[in-house]
Amino acid sequence: MIRLIALRLAFGAMTLWAASVLIFAGTEILPGDLATALLQNSATPENVAELRERLGLNRPALVRYGEWLGHAAVGDLGTSLSNERPVASELAPRLRNTLFLAVFAASIAVPLAVILGLLAAIWEGSLFDRGVNMITLMTISVPEYLVGYLLVKYLAVQWDLFPALANVTQDMELGERLYFSFLPMVTLVLVVVAHMMRMTRASVLAIMASPYVEMAFLKGLSKSRVVIRHAFPNALAPIISVIALNLAYLVVGVVVVEAVFVYPGLGQLMVDAVSKHDLPVVQACGLLFASAFILLNLMADVMGILSNPRLRKPR
Amino acid sequence: MKLFGHRLTIPAAIGLAIVAINVIAALGAPILAPFPEAEVVGDAWAEADATYWLGLDNLGRDIFSRLLYGARMSIGLSLLITMLSFALGIVMGFTAAIAKGWVDTLLSRGVDLMLAMPTLIFAFVVLSVLGTDIPVLIVTLAILDSVKVFRLARSLAVGISALEYVEVAKLRGERLPWIITREILPNAMAPLIAEFGLRFTFAFLFVAALSFLGLGIQPPAADWGSMVRDYREVIALDVPAPFYPAGAIALMTIGVNFVVDWMLSIHASSHGRRA
Repeated sequence: MIRLIALRLAFGAMTLWAASVLIFAGTEILPGDLATALLQNSATPENVAELRERLGLNRPALVRYGEWLGHAAVGDLGTSLSNERPVASELAPRLRNTLFLAVFAASIAVPLAVILGLLAAIWEGSLFDRGVNMITLMTISVPEYLVGYLLVKYLAVQWDLFPALANVTQDMELGERLYFSFLPMVTLVLVVVAHMMRMTRASVLAIMASPYVEMAFLKGLSKSRVVIRHAFPNALAPIISVIALNLAYLVVGVVVVEAVFVYPGLGQLMVDAVSKHDLPVVQACGLLFASAFILLNLMADVMGILSNPRLRKPR
Repeated sequence: MKLFGHRLTIPAAIGLAIVAINVIAALGAPILAPFPEAEVVGDAWAEADATYWLGLDNLGRDIFSRLLYGARMSIGLSLLITMLSFALGIVMGFTAAIAKGWVDTLLSRGVDLMLAMPTLIFAFVVLSVLGTDIPVLIVTLAILDSVKVFRLARSLAVGISALEYVEVAKLRGERLPWIITREILPNAMAPLIAEFGLRFTFAFLFVAALSFLGLGIQPPAADWGSMVRDYREVIALDVPAPFYPAGAIALMTIGVNFVVDWMLSIHASSHGRRA
């Protein structure tokens, strides 16, 4: 088992490294020229040559990649092209905000999804089951910004319960922070709960078809006891992996939700940087998002191996 | 009611109707739209009346006309992206499945790597270097999406090429292109078509999200994602404008999903009967 996990960790580390190469190579392989894109209308040959010199674009790509990765490893992410400030200091508060929002959303979404999924499995085919099924199908199809703006329209504008803009600041108290980021949190929860809940229901129902569950029923146990004590522990592995996958989605879905609520997070920073061609910031944000995504996927696999004895031996 | 010899379920009928209305809107936009998409016809945020069915937008353009032209842009673009990604994905997937050996290993490992990264972040990195022209957008998203098509196409082709009739064709001395187009492709068609629907909704939502973030289709062209972006300031006032394009996006996605669900269930049941 330890060998299997070590193998998976090594693969994760390799993926992480490959992701850094891809993010960096994006600027090298692509046919566009950064200096020309940055200067736009004032891109005379002299200007372009000067800017290329200043950005160090004339040195070999491999050297620059080594430098970039080496500096990134010790926390130096370069300087922003648009405002000349160090990227790391721009990034840190944004990263904290995004993590706060993601953890807040996850702490509500995960228990909610598992409980709803279990209830739907216990009352399979009931009105509750069909109702939840219908609602989650809808929320899967509906884009985040529609959910977000509907919440703003009713909860913020019409009934004035929560602020429409989640402009949290660093000096806010925890309670105030939670209050300001409530609507973005609800939006994220609505978007991710659907997948997690459906998967929980499906995995539990798949286990319910097995002989030992029938045995439990024949012993005269109640349905809720069979579902919770017998089926659920065995359905845990797929549920955990789906939860981790959806948390990874949360990391990316946060970009759109931040834009809806003007939440000062990493996603907003990256979107601004993309439109300004501010490459160091894009690369740094990309690296962070990709690492979070890869780490969560890695966690999903490791937890899957740990929770399911059948996966502990390599096939 | 029946379609292609299969009974139409109620959600499928609703889905088909939604898709049909959207396609008609997209194709007929120049004829159906009462005003050109970028023409200013009155005051900003004028209320809906008999001439301007859904009111006017932030610059005084007719929202209904823009919705129709937006359908053309949003649906047309996603369709182009999906078709291109399928062409790429199927060719690569089938090649990997048939060539086997190092070609397969190389392509599959590359694809695993691409799948280990979030698509949106990848798109951001590319768009930050290349800028957001429509051709760049199409090619970038098509390549990112083709990775997922590759997975399906490869596994389908691996399954089918192990069957006897492919073996027979090989022994008959047929060439690779013939085997791919005449033996494998027709038998992989059903799951590929359902996947086409799913990938279309993905591309559709993705383009809309990029436009909403201001990184997709640039003004003055009308497209649903950027319309939501343009109209979002009036959310605090009592103007329903942002909900028209956002609702259109949701409706179209739900419609396609209903149709895809139906196609998948046909595929599953016809297999069940044969077995």
